[in-house]
Amino acid sequence: MVPLSYYLLLSGILFVCGVLGFLIKRNIITIFMSIELMLNGVNLSFVAFAAHWHALSGQVFVFFVMVVAAAEAAVGLAIIIAVYRTRETLNVDQVNLLKL
Amino acid sequence: MTPNPYLWLVPILPLAGAAVNGFFGRRSSKKAITAVALIFCGAAFFMALVIASGFSSASAPYYFNLAHWLRSGSFQVDFSFYLDQLSLVMLLVVTGVGFLIHIYSVGYMWEDDGYYRFMSYMNLFMFFMLTLVLAKNYLVMFIGWEGVGLASYLLIGYWFTKDSAAAAGKKAFIVNRIGDFGFLMALFLMIKHFGSLDFTHVFSAVQSLPTETAGTGLLTAIGLLLMVGAAGKSAQIPLYVWLPDAMEGPTPVSALIHAATMVTAGVYMVARSSAIFERSPMAMMVVAIIGALTALFAATIGIAQTDIKKVLAYSTISQLGYMFMACGVGAFSAGIFHLMTHAFFKGLLFLAAGSVIHGIGGEQDMRKMGGLRQYMPWTFLTMTIATFAIAGFPPFAGFFSKDEILWKAYSSEYGSWVFWLIGVITAFITSFYMFRLWFLTFFGDYRGTAAQGDAHGHDDHSHGHGHGGPHESPWVMLGPLVVLAFLSLIGGWIGIGGRFEHFLAPVFQSGSAAELAHETAGEAAGTGTETLLMLISVSAAFLGLFLAWTLYFRRPQLPARIAASLGGLYQAVAHKYYIDELYNVLFVKPLIDGSTEILWHGVDQNVIDATVDNSASAAREVSDTVRHMQSGNLRSYAGWVAAGGAVVIAYMIWMGVWVR
Amino acid sequence: MFHLILFLFFGAICVAGAVNLLVQSHPINSALSLIAVMASLAAEYLLLGAEFVAAVQVIVYAGAIMVLFVITIMLLNAGKEERSKGSRVAILLGVPGVLIGAVLVAWTLLQRSNMQAAVPIGALPGDPADIARLLFHNFLLPFEVTSVLILIAIMGAVVLASRPEAVARGARKDEG
Repeated sequence: MVPLSYYLLLSGILFVCGVLGFLIKRNIITIFMSIELMLNGVNLSFVAFAAHWHALSGQVFVFFVMVVAAAEAAVGLAIIIAVYRTRETLNVDQVNLLKL
Repeated sequence: MTPNPYLWLVPILPLAGAAVNGFFGRRSSKKAITAVALIFCGAAFFMALVIASGFSSASAPYYFNLAHWLRSGSFQVDFSFYLDQLSLVMLLVVTGVGFLIHIYSVGYMWEDDGYYRFMSYMNLFMFFMLTLVLAKNYLVMFIGWEGVGLASYLLIGYWFTKDSAAAAGKKAFIVNRIGDFGFLMALFLMIKHFGSLDFTHVFSAVQSLPTETAGTGLLTAIGLLLMVGAAGKSAQIPLYVWLPDAMEGPTPVSALIHAATMVTAGVYMVARSSAIFERSPMAMMVVAIIGALTALFAATIGIAQTDIKKVLAYSTISQLGYMFMACGVGAFSAGIFHLMTHAFFKGLLFLAAGSVIHGIGGEQDMRKMGGLRQYMPWTFLTMTIATFAIAGFPPFAGFFSKDEILWKAYSSEYGSWVFWLIGVITAFITSFYMFRLWFLTFFGDYRGTAAQGDAHGHDDHSHGHGHGGPHESPWVMLGPLVVLAFLSLIGGWIGIGGRFEHFLAPVFQSGSAAELAHETAGEAAGTGTETLLMLISVSAAFLGLFLAWTLYFRRPQLPARIAASLGGLYQAVAHKYYIDELYNVLFVKPLIDGSTEILWHGVDQNVIDATVDNSASAAREVSDTVRHMQSGNLRSYAGWVAAGGAVVIAYMIWMGVWVR
Repeated sequence: MFHLILFLFFGAICVAGAVNLLVQSHPINSALSLIAVMASLAAEYLLLGAEFVAAVQVIVYAGAIMVLFVITIMLLNAGKEERSKGSRVAILLGVPGVLIGAVLVAWTLLQRSNMQAAVPIGALPGDPADIARLLFHNFLLPFEVTSVLILIAIMGAVVLASRPEAVARGARKDEG
């Protein structure tokens, strides 16, 4: 019997790792992957609560999250390809023209 | 009181003329402008004659309510007009002399570019002056009071491109304003204590108050404050300094405004408020002292002036002093009598001086005149009549009015021999400097250059006549001179036998029953004294004539030697006792400096501008610092989001814990 | 007991994969460790009884999305990350912020005693039939909307990733 809070802790750890990856990494694609990691952590938390409260709609919501993550990944990677074509770099620190 | 529906037409007609000339004059022909100005002014004069012919002392005073104005609780003021014997005299003087001067200015100002402007301003002045004279309450009178000040400013500074003219206009208006402050204070006192500014209300309320023999009290305060206003408008000590500078304006302006009408507004106002003054011996004393001192003071300055118009200006101040002295000793009708005759001969003197100036190409310095009587016979004749009138020679007008004042100064219950003595000395000095002017201008050899005849004069008064040497003026200018000369000759005869005083008696009879009794007693007892005093004043006039003849005809080199031997005294008199410089140091310069330092630098620049500038630059500083957040760096944005998220989480947890 | 051991095992793999993602310098290594995370997450879902979700996780997430990532990494020939001047704000503000937030949340979670309720193994069977019933009855609108969303994402991806001349040529072809 695993307490619910363990699942939530795991979910939290995954989420925090995702955020840290976003902050620390310099490669755009790796940053994107950290976003996916965050979404996964959230999915776990959804499923855990669905199991705790016997509500199947939690799992349905996970389904929707995955759909949105897929769409976002597709568009995001397309953007990265477009940026790479113009800036010739995948270093996020060098894509900084939008500044004052 | 009977209503008279024509009263309001008299001021409105010149106003219409001013409006027409003001709006349409620029593109009209000079003939059209002249016609408009003269027709409307003449119409006002004609209305005045109509009213005068229909005037009867039995149905006087007349009134007319034109429109409502102010209603505030129990206090109300309307646009109302009023005509009694006093207003009738003023009305006829203002419209009559005003009309003559309008005719004269047609000739004098014909060459000027701004001719329409001049005629418009003159009509405007007539409107305000008539409003002042015909007002039924102090507030409508104040409209006229301020309005004539405005017209005076506009006309003094008529040649506004000249710095001295513009400055003189400003000086006149500002000094007038100081007097107006006193006038306003008096009005406020009246509103507070009598609840009304209407003449009938105020004067009947005053009747019920006791005479303030102690020298303090409400009526004394009102009287003194009214005198402050009158001193400003009528150029008495200490607010006379604007009148000599006002000679920058064209000569018809000096004749109309600064001799005949506007400056007499103060005298009229004091005479109108006779009920108040008679209840306050202290105020009367102050008025008389100011009048007497001003008369003497200004006369002494007139001795040493070289500009013909300045001599006449100081003469005006001096004669106004006579009028105030008369009012101050209770002889209000004598003061008004002198006002009327003064309008005739002083107006004539100014117009004739203008004719002289016009004839010699704009020169005003008497040292460059001389021997003009053969070039300008008519001007010489009319000016001679005026000079004899002002000096007080019988049977000219000035003799009767001046003599009346001197007798009343001696015999009235408020008067004393001191006032009489000052008056006689001033009469002597007046005669002296007027005949000095007469001799310098018309006798001897012509000291100017022949080219002055067709020179373009100063004051933008260009001629382009092409005549050589001095010449007579056209008949459009000489006509009014002749009419005024005639009036200066016979104008005083109306006062013989006390007819004039009797005519004005209903106006001044308030509380003067005792005065009348005293007077008749004094007259009965002192007819002999009166004749003696009359002889003394006439001999003073002769003395002045003799002295002027000696110094300026027989031995013309004597005055320079006398002046040199008197040294500093002469310099002081020639420089008007340095009063202007004194005022400059005491008032003008501190005010300007204070205004520059405190108000301009201190408040405007350092507070108001600084606030705006500094708030703008503060905004710029802040945004300059904050903009570094927009670095374009994705990771820093994420860092800010994460930090903010932590803050929000902490807040929510804290709230959740707290609420629980 | 068995449940706990399994949970801890797969959980450890998750955490290890996540940390490895942070530590690795080459993106392809990070991608592969992310795949490992997703696989073990699928196992966790199975432990919670969500069969359908676990299957979808493996098929969609690990099988499609991560493949997309790997393709892009290889397409762009992404190499090792260079050291570059990063953002000080991110390090100084962001990392402590995240850690503080995480600690706060964890502390709150652990404090709530009723959160200690246990979740038995296979607690809620995620029967595909039941999920389908929910999806097409209660959540029909979001379902349809997400299909539109995918359509838009496809079009967007195509436009964004294509070469500029290709788009222009396509437009001219339409006109001509």
